[in-house]
Amino acid sequence: MAKQNMIELSVGVFIAAGIAALAMLAIQVSNMSSFSDGEGYEVVAKFDNIGGLKVRSPVSMAGVRLGRVIDVSFDQESFEAVVRMRVNNKYNQLPIDTSASIFTAGVLGESYVSLEAGAEEETLKAGDEIEMTQSAVILEQLIGEFMVRSASQD
Amino acid sequence: MSSSRVNKIHHTEQAIVVQNLRFSRGERLILDGVDIQVPRGKITAIMGPSGTGKTTLLGLIGGQLQPDSGTVSVENHIVSTLSRTELYRLRQRMGMLFQSGALFSDLSVYDNVAFPLREHADFSAAMIHDLVMMKLHAVGLRGACNLMPNELSAGMARRVALARAIALDPMLIMYDEPFTGQDPITVSVIMRLIRRLNDSLGLTSIVISHDVPEVCAIADQIYLLSSGQVVASGSPDELHRSESPWVVQFLSAQPDGPIPFHFPAKDFIDDMAESP
Amino acid sequence: MLNGLQSMGQRGLSFFSRLGRATLFFLRILAALPSLFLKPRLLVVQLYSVGVLSFQLIAISGLAVGMVLGLQMYNTLVDFGAENSLGPVVALSLVRELGPVLAALLFAGRAGSALTAEIGLMKATEQLSGMEMMAVDPIKRIVAPRYLAGVISLPLLAAIFSAAGIIGSYIIGISLLGIDTGAFWSQMQIKVDWYDDVLNGIIKSIVFGVVATWIAVFEGYDAPPTTEGVSRATTRTVVHTAFAVLGLDFILTALMFG
Repeated sequence: MAKQNMIELSVGVFIAAGIAALAMLAIQVSNMSSFSDGEGYEVVAKFDNIGGLKVRSPVSMAGVRLGRVIDVSFDQESFEAVVRMRVNNKYNQLPIDTSASIFTAGVLGESYVSLEAGAEEETLKAGDEIEMTQSAVILEQLIGEFMVRSASQD
Repeated sequence: MSSSRVNKIHHTEQAIVVQNLRFSRGERLILDGVDIQVPRGKITAIMGPSGTGKTTLLGLIGGQLQPDSGTVSVENHIVSTLSRTELYRLRQRMGMLFQSGALFSDLSVYDNVAFPLREHADFSAAMIHDLVMMKLHAVGLRGACNLMPNELSAGMARRVALARAIALDPMLIMYDEPFTGQDPITVSVIMRLIRRLNDSLGLTSIVISHDVPEVCAIADQIYLLSSGQVVASGSPDELHRSESPWVVQFLSAQPDGPIPFHFPAKDFIDDMAESP
Repeated sequence: MLNGLQSMGQRGLSFFSRLGRATLFFLRILAALPSLFLKPRLLVVQLYSVGVLSFQLIAISGLAVGMVLGLQMYNTLVDFGAENSLGPVVALSLVRELGPVLAALLFAGRAGSALTAEIGLMKATEQLSGMEMMAVDPIKRIVAPRYLAGVISLPLLAAIFSAAGIIGSYIIGISLLGIDTGAFWSQMQIKVDWYDDVLNGIIKSIVFGVVATWIAVFEGYDAPPTTEGVSRATTRTVVHTAFAVLGLDFILTALMFG
């Protein structure tokens, strides 16, 4: 009977260890605790060029992550990229004239959408479009311009 | 000896009736029209050379195999037509002693014998304890109840398996080669146990074996099987008096005779000429 | 030529008849699973021999794989000045791929082969027939608890493997390579997604558990009841599980991350 108790005890410990590992993957490794996809509202922004922006890229304001990009598509009429973002419901006080830019974290880092607050009283709601946008800075373009400019100065 | 046997009143009734039974495995015909009657309360032995389908016959009686044609009826139930539930109910009244004992290697002797009781009867722990001890006492191994199967000698393992087979007080018990590979003392112990259990518990016993002297000493009735057919039957005395060459060859263990020494083959000369 | 075709046909036929038997066997296990509610003790004992006894191997392997990944990735990442991405790179590769796949392969070698050998030997020593003759269904009594134990254990073992691997890379990254602790975890939390990465990894390990344990118990139950038959079946369990896991991994990856 003592052996049986040992078996039951070690099975209990094993299952607890497995659940602890799952909890670690959920809380410490992934972003389930800080952000979950389900509860948020969607807004749209159009960009001339989105550079390396991808689905799941972060959306942040003042360096704090507010949401993520959930869809990137192409508008055939205006020839612009349409980026749909989901912003966490906690952040529902963003002014309607908020502007969006695409930046890159470091030279080789990932692209993200950075929001800049406007001044209006009215706030962004689900389905609204962010009108003011600034495209991604394309490194090759920048280098090209720099070379042309420095060549013309000579 | 026969005067001491109980259950004589049943001697006209048949516990098992096998009629025109055919069974084949792949292309090979193993049983080819076998008729056997096992009277209740008696020890019936089925003998024959190895590979004549003796063990297969037990599988068919226990419903583990399906016959190609013919019927096996146990206590007036035709085994092959029973539903799974009915078959399992019938099997609770059958005990079987496997050639290897088939003890559960992860359970102790006590738990092995208690296994069928725990599975099929709603007894209290105290009741199970008493029953297990009774059954182990009957085979003389009450003292070994805490051992594991790998700590038992082959003879002891077979006796524990016998205790387990009689745990649910079956009406029928089947022994598959009970004497094979045992030392002479164990053989006589098992012989005595088979006879005693049969008489004291009022069992019907079927013994599958090819050990002539042992079987002749305990069986009431013997069927002699060869190439999937019954070639002779009767009491041991009747068989000993028989002049059939089959019976004579088998009972006196002659290497060649109607049961051929050679496996069926082409002519020897042809085979030699063919060699590359 | 004709012989070649014939033997190919025979192989095909025997493959399909085995697949058919395996499917029927699987359905019989599923039908037997509810009876386990009446005898949870059977499951607990099997969780011990399938799960607990594999724990050590899985945890140590996970730790070692994580440490090596940490070292190797660091050497590549540091060339791009991206050593702070070590956390996410290691975590993603473990959670998405290495955790479920390597845990399943180790599981096949440790627990799967043991299951096959155990059931095969029970068959060879007539324990299964004996049980049947005692009117106890061996699928219910022997196979079902082992199967369920495998299906429960593998996802837990895969999670333990991934967690141990991440801890391993953390130890190497922080103590040996001098990566910032905060950067290690925060970068990881930004890049690793609960639904897309962790949950998909868990789904993979559940699928592997269902298939790997199925192969193990079927090979044991279907093994020829001889010493050679059981030893071959044990080998087949490891080989077939490896093929099945790697093949399924490709399909699942294409479906989930494609």
